[in-house]
Formats: sequence, C-alpha cells, structure tokens
Amino acid sequence: MSTPPPPVPDTEPLSADATVELAAEQQTLRISEMLDRLDREFVGLAPVKTRVREIAALLLIDRLRQRYGLSSSRPSLHMCFTGSPGTGKTTVATRMGEMLAALGYLRKGQLVSVTRDDLVGQYVGHTAPKTKEVLKRAMGGVLLIDEAYYLYRPENERDYGQESIEILLQFMEAHREDLVVILAGYSDRMDVFFRSNPGMASRIAHHVDFPDFSLDELMRIAGLMLEREQYRLAEPAQTAFREYVALRMSQPRFANARSIRNAIDRLRLRQARRLVAAGGSIVRDDLMLISDADVRASRVFSDAPASAAGTE
Amino acid sequence: MRITQGTFSYLPDFTDDEISAQIQYAVDQGWAVAVEFTDDPHPRNVLWEMWELPMFDIADSSAGLHEVTACRAAYPNHYIRVLAYDPSLGRQTTALSFIVNRPAHEPGFRLDRQETADRRIRYTLHPYAADKPVGERYAGNGARAGA
Repeated sequence: MSTPPPPVPDTEPLSADATVELAAEQQTLRISEMLDRLDREFVGLAPVKTRVREIAALLLIDRLRQRYGLSSSRPSLHMCFTGSPGTGKTTVATRMGEMLAALGYLRKGQLVSVTRDDLVGQYVGHTAPKTKEVLKRAMGGVLLIDEAYYLYRPENERDYGQESIEILLQFMEAHREDLVVILAGYSDRMDVFFRSNPGMASRIAHHVDFPDFSLDELMRIAGLMLEREQYRLAEPAQTAFREYVALRMSQPRFANARSIRNAIDRLRLRQARRLVAAGGSIVRDDLMLISDADVRASRVFSDAPASAAGTE
Repeated sequence: MRITQGTFSYLPDFTDDEISAQIQYAVDQGWAVAVEFTDDPHPRNVLWEMWELPMFDIADSSAGLHEVTACRAAYPNHYIRVLAYDPSLGRQTTALSFIVNRPAHEPGFRLDRQETADRRIRYTLHPYAADKPVGERYAGNGARAGA
C-alpha cells in the first residue's frame, strides 16, 4: 500500500502545448483505489473525505505542474481534527500517514501518537530534548498529538507545556516537508487552546470537524465491526440493536462509534454466557449468531422509559 | 592534510543528499544514528563529543540530517561525524561511521622523536591543531587556509 509513487522523471520539462492524460497519471498514483478504500472503511465523515480528496487532487496537480517545469511548492498539511468522542479522529489520523505516503507527500508515513506526557518534561531543561526526540521520531511521517489542549495549562504559569508548544511551532514551520502534525481533540476545548495559542492556529492549514454519526451511520459501523469480528445479528436482534442504539444515543456519555464498539463487546460477553449456560452441542453458526435476547438483556433497555423498554 | 577516518573518507565530501541517503540506509538496517564532533584530529581520539542523544527510533533520514545541520551551525570548524550503531545481539557495535564536516584548513601532524634509553627512539604523532586550547583550534583559520 505505502510503496512510494514513482518520482517525477527528471527529463526536460514538457513544452507548453504538450498534453498529459490526467487519468493515466491518476492511475500511476493509484489515487482512486486509495479513495475507494477510504470510502469503504469509513462510514459518514463527509468533511474528512472531501478534505482528503482535495489534498489528493492538489498533490496530483502539483506533480503535473512539475512536469511542465512550473513551480510546485509543497502545501502545508498540518491538520487539526476536532469532534465529539468516538467520531474517528484517531482512526483517521492513523490512516492519514499511510495515505500521504502513498501520494508521495511523506517519505515513510509512520504514525507517532503522543499525548502531553510524551512531550512535556518533569523539570527545567527536560522538555526541549523530550519534545525534539518525539519530533525526530515522527519525521517522515505523521505526529498525532491526542488531546492537544492539555499541552497548555493556563492555570500554572510555570508549566513546561508552553515550551513544548514553542518547539512544536518551530519544527512545524522549519520541517514542513518532513512532518505532518495532527492535533486531535474535542471541539470546545480545542477552541480554547487555539485562542490562547494564536500562533498554533495560524500554522495549521486544515481544520477538519468530525460530525456526530447519525443512527443509520452507526448501524453501518456496527455492521462493519461485526463483520470484522465474524459475528452476525439474527433478524430480530437487528431491530433490537437499532432500538438499542437509538436509546443509547439519547443517554449521557454517548461516545459515537466507541459506544458501539463497547456495546458489541458486551453482546459478545452475553452471547458467550448464554452458550455456556445452555451447554450441549454447538455448531459453527451458533458461535457467530447474536440473538435477540442478547441485545435485549442490556441495561439501556431497563433504564429507558417503560414505553420503549424491552424485556429484561 | 586531509584527515581520512571512517568510511568513505577517500571520497570527495558528501553533499547533504548523499549524507541523507547514507543515514536512510543505516535507519533501514535498524541501526541507531548518532552525531558526534571534536576538534582533536588525533587518530587515537576515538571518543568524540556527543551531539544530542543517539536517535534510536527514527524512521526517516531527515531527523538525522536535521541534527547534522544543527551541529554544523554550532561547530562550523569542527570535525563532525555520523555514527550508526548496530544494536543487534552479537554485533552491538558501531556499524558505520563517516565524517560529514571538517575544518576549512587542516594543518596536519608533526612527527616527534623522543630519545630513550639504549639509543632507542620513540615516535609520536602531534597534531599541529592541538597546540591551541580546545575550542580555538580551528576557529577563524579558514582565512589562513593554505598557510
């Protein structure tokens, strides 16, 4: 997947009236293949996909411009992902490195995922080497700073986070070609962070907001997850699960896809318990099938108002 | 007198691209890359000063080149070398070492003869640069190049 694309041939620039086939160039970069995969593996997330498409198109056009001998500076691709919990910020960031490497923007495309702990030191003079080491590890790939707002602690003016931010900014500017920095976090707290660090906000060209998933999208995500785990829902269980998700969405601390993942994990527990309790002989299908009762046993149904509640 | 030490030392000085390619090779082998500098050119001076810490888990040569550039900016008239350490069990030693920066003017060595008992002679190499204190050895002698 992340084999680097062939470099632009080092020959004479094409003459001004020469033509190039866009489709052929797209073929060599396998852009459509990559975008298809993105569509297949990620449900919803329209703004994210649009942005990835734009970046892919820009990198393609840049390659063509290079062939005509036109100037093609590398765009700054530092990004900020904001959104509610469980909307896929980290997952997309993981894939971003791979995709940018496939497009030839990054040389390696490895992902280095860090939090405040990995960047900020314990004592004076500890922060700079620590941050630099992380940055060096991420060069050639993507540095994902999860919950980036923890870097800045306004309540403590002697906090070393500020020092870390300064080094980050300097690196982001000086090594634009070697490194893509992605900040991820919840929208509201990210806003506060940017307000107190205007330098950071202006150095990040792409602010991508991850929307909450709709019920249908969540169901499709659940479908993908179950498929990957090689489980399937029985017919009545599907309706039950849809009701479950609808109920869960209205409850507090709903974390989109993460809640779905947890729900599926609990379904697997209940299925296992049911199978073990039943005893007897088992066929392959039994191991894969999640029944209506497994879903209905959830606490979400018993906590819900009586009208929607199923049987315990 | 041009110091030849480590790998590639009989080749013309590397460009940044060539340095980068060598570092990338080392990284791809799983070797840790380190940058070191010194202004003592004696061949027995094997332990140079470390520039920052060795880079054990970088993926791309740009990190190594970044340190080389930073070290050059701080010590433009020192010898700077890139080391690659192979940590695999059974080897655990320097796998590659090459000079990436050298002073503009390298005055070379004097041969000292010391007479000892029984008309024996002991020979020793004395770098002319070592006559000056550490840190001043090559400073500003780019202007005297060829002297």
